Amino acid sequence: MRNWKKALSVAAAAALAVSALAPVSVYAEEEATFKIGGIGPTTGANAVYGSAVMNSAQIAVDEINEAGGVNGYMLEFNPQDDESDAEKSVNAYNTLKDWGMQMLLGTVTSAPCIAVEAEALNDNMFLLTPSATAVESISGDNAFRVCFADPAQGTASAKYIGENGLAEKVAVIYDSSDVYSSGIYNAFQTEAENQPFEIVAAEAFTADSKTDFSVQLQKAKDSGADLVFMPFYYNEAALVLKQASDMGFEPTWFGVDGMDGILSVEGFDTSLAEGLILLTPFSATAEDELTQNFVSKYQEQYGEVPNQFGADAYDGVYILKAALEQAEATPDMEVSDLCEALKASMQEITFTGITGKDITWGADGEPVKDPIVVQIVDGAYQLMD
Amino acid sequence: MKNKTLKSNLITYGMVIVVFVIVQALLNADMLSSLIEGLLIPLCVYVILAISLNLVVGISGELSLGHAGFMCVGAFASAFFSKCTMDSISSVPVRFTLAILVGAIVAAVFGILIGIPVLRLRGDYLAIVTLAFGEIIKNVINIFYVGMDSKGFHVSLKDQFSLGMEPDGKMIISGPQGISGTPKNSTFLIGVILILITLFIVLNLIHSREGRAIMAIRDNRIAAESIGINITKYKLMAFTISAALAGMGGALYSHNLATLQASKFNFNTSILVLVFVVLGGIGNIRGSIIAAVILTLLPELLRGLSDYRMLFYAIILILMMLFNWAPKAIEWRERVLQAVFKKRKKEA
Amino acid sequence: MSVLSYFVNGISLGSVYAIIALGYTMVYGIAKMLNFAHGDVIMVGAYVALMTMLSAGTHPLLAVLLAIVVCTVLGVVIERIAYRPLREAASPLAVLITAIGVSYLLQNVVLLIFGSNPKSFQSVINLPDLKLAGGSLVITAETIVTIVSCIIIMVVLTTFINKTKPGQAMLAVSEDKGAAQLMGINVNRTIALTFAIGSGLAAVAGVLLCSSYPSLSPYTGSMPGIKAFVAAVFGGIGSIPGAFVGGILLGVIEILGKAYISSQLADAIVFAVLIIVLLVKPTGLFGKKIQEKV
Repeated sequence: MRNWKKALSVAAAAALAVSALAPVSVYAEEEATFKIGGIGPTTGANAVYGSAVMNSAQIAVDEINEAGGVNGYMLEFNPQDDESDAEKSVNAYNTLKDWGMQMLLGTVTSAPCIAVEAEALNDNMFLLTPSATAVESISGDNAFRVCFADPAQGTASAKYIGENGLAEKVAVIYDSSDVYSSGIYNAFQTEAENQPFEIVAAEAFTADSKTDFSVQLQKAKDSGADLVFMPFYYNEAALVLKQASDMGFEPTWFGVDGMDGILSVEGFDTSLAEGLILLTPFSATAEDELTQNFVSKYQEQYGEVPNQFGADAYDGVYILKAALEQAEATPDMEVSDLCEALKASMQEITFTGITGKDITWGADGEPVKDPIVVQIVDGAYQLMD
Repeated sequence: MKNKTLKSNLITYGMVIVVFVIVQALLNADMLSSLIEGLLIPLCVYVILAISLNLVVGISGELSLGHAGFMCVGAFASAFFSKCTMDSISSVPVRFTLAILVGAIVAAVFGILIGIPVLRLRGDYLAIVTLAFGEIIKNVINIFYVGMDSKGFHVSLKDQFSLGMEPDGKMIISGPQGISGTPKNSTFLIGVILILITLFIVLNLIHSREGRAIMAIRDNRIAAESIGINITKYKLMAFTISAALAGMGGALYSHNLATLQASKFNFNTSILVLVFVVLGGIGNIRGSIIAAVILTLLPELLRGLSDYRMLFYAIILILMMLFNWAPKAIEWRERVLQAVFKKRKKEA
Repeated sequence: MSVLSYFVNGISLGSVYAIIALGYTMVYGIAKMLNFAHGDVIMVGAYVALMTMLSAGTHPLLAVLLAIVVCTVLGVVIERIAYRPLREAASPLAVLITAIGVSYLLQNVVLLIFGSNPKSFQSVINLPDLKLAGGSLVITAETIVTIVSCIIIMVVLTTFINKTKPGQAMLAVSEDKGAAQLMGINVNRTIALTFAIGSGLAAVAGVLLCSSYPSLSPYTGSMPGIKAFVAAVFGGIGSIPGAFVGGILLGVIEILGKAYISSQLADAIVFAVLIIVLLVKPTGLFGKKIQEKV
């Protein structure tokens, strides 16, 4: 009897699974297309970043296809959820391989990217991550990235603060349970040695206790810091700024690219962010045509202002296009040959998009571009020099 | 009686071996999709974890909400060992075997540590203590920085900077990023061997004198005590063995991915393993294996639903629980099955 | 001075844990189940309140009322569909796992409806903050309202359980379901009432949580939910004053641990204290000692 019970459960699950699988394999090959896979969290606590990437990449793919595709071929984009978990990310990668992926735009978060990159390197699959910032995320020569690496941001922030004499005493608040945040903090601290300011407080929080920041702020306040460096995302930053204002603490706030998006948090009192300086490659309020086009399309389709993750992904698709054109690639190429061709052409192209001008890449896969520093004035970004 | 348990055990072993042979044959014929191929080792990991947790929940009758903590300890200890001995031990089988042993032993030590409160607490209070231990382990490893340079090991509980390493140094554990670049030594064959070892240990324990003592304590602690069963010894034993097996599963896990973070081993992972055990039937080892396989495959096979994937996963989980556990559902099911069987018998 | 302000912050964090823990402990005390979906009911309550306030510019109090109504109905429905069929199951763990399924379900439904972007919650409390010692010590209005609500809820709940007929029925059900049924108590209705009250409280907790810490996403409820569960155990699960004291203590320990030991290890410290407390007092601070009979 017991076995019957189990068999029934198995059968029920299997029936569901088969019915769920079916739509994927329905796509019959009529015309050859470039198949781009996307991996990122669209559920789970990091869903906000993954969704932005997937939505924006889809916008770029649609635009390119409308304009006639790449080398005369259409693009196809298949986003897969990884819940920001390394194991699930590898599963997503394998799913995409079964689909026939030829190049990967992903993964969105750093740690899963390390695991997927090991698999991709093994298959010699071309990988371009829009937003994984850890150094190891692009360890192989098949991997490139759109955003800055953690050390680059930490070092650039410390240099900017030092060279512009923004502060003498700096406090750092960071997420010690997050790869991105602690990676930037480590680089910031190393570079601070060479700069004329002093780190007077370094306080951490963790993913499990990120609602109350009163202690970290109190310590920063007591240490007499005149600038607080915040290498983490805008969700937490919105809370930090609110709580600092409650306790009457008004230092200069300094953030990195994860801070972008703070002005578009629904219901957030933007006056709290007045004077905040951040290092970001992207500004949703920039006047140029490219940005305006992207932002208005995103708002139209998804009803939100896109953040920097979205911008990186949007550029990512166009970077793939540029590299494919440079390599004169066709969809009938083997994955490995395509990877070799793209690796070479990535180092030849110069790309201008919404996250930077004249970006070039070296063999290590890191983008060479200037960080843009903006300050929030009257609820909008203003370029700092 | 003896024959019945022997037969049941043989079915369980046989099931694992038959599945292994079929899958391996398909693998050799290259008939499996990359997704399934990639899932084989995680499946082995979760099967091992489910069996090991069943030892605590089903056989020993205690609720543990921190099983991922043991997996975490095993994963980190073994990956640390492999990273450090990558140059000194060149033979992969030797190194990986040692790494698995290291993972199991370190996890067992933690099992003993956590087993001590087990002796004092009961029911939901024990559950909370295991939850707390799991969270503490995760929290501490998250800020653990270990580097190695020409002068030896450097350890810091603060950040990378305070390690003060020589320029030639390399990081082994770097805080939230954990361990990167663990050699990919896990294979499906090793996974299945570990499952069989786990089964062998657990099934033998259940049907041994010790196992009966453990179950006697579960069924009636006071009665068991009164006939001279050493409660301390047997409860600790079940807990420690379970922890060691989870550590072994952790070692298999960490040598499958190029990256290992403590954040993976959170409350949700502990709960997931508990779901396997409860869905498969508490105390039913074969059920645990089947449930672990189904629930690990399910979210992957639901990928076609894209955004609705996790929603359906939740609904299916609730429905399966109701179907397997609700007294009314069981009654209905048995009626239906009986009707079907009766019909068949008449026809025959 | 900073010691005092840490203390105040600890109490304000603790008051939020306490108000969540009240709902947890009440359901546990009567229905004897760990309702892991409680944290997510809180999140749903906060979403309902926020959406009502944003969409029609409704008065905050009305929004809170609507949130309470929605959560109460939700709690009863969840109990009816997912928990009641399993009440007589062979193991109490079955319903625990279903509760986890319900938790995933609520998170994913909200994710699909409202998206993953976190929303900034508008505080429903429009009172000035309390400034002491020349403004160097600030107690926010949210904290005061939360603590006052906690105390009111505590008193009302205790009176309700001890002095009214349905309350007495709850006590009876929690002591012995079978005997209660023999005495003519409708067990199903009593447990449904418990869930209704517990979920209504969750809505209040959600609104107060998000008023104090104004960031709302589909996963907002899960971590505070677990912490509140810990708080409830701390105080002795099932005990209403215990949940209050446990919550406040948890908040204070978390903040002081962060301030004086290590900000990275704050969670580990909280859990370590919990283990020590349970080793000394195995049923929590206010828990009843259960005599085992042979």
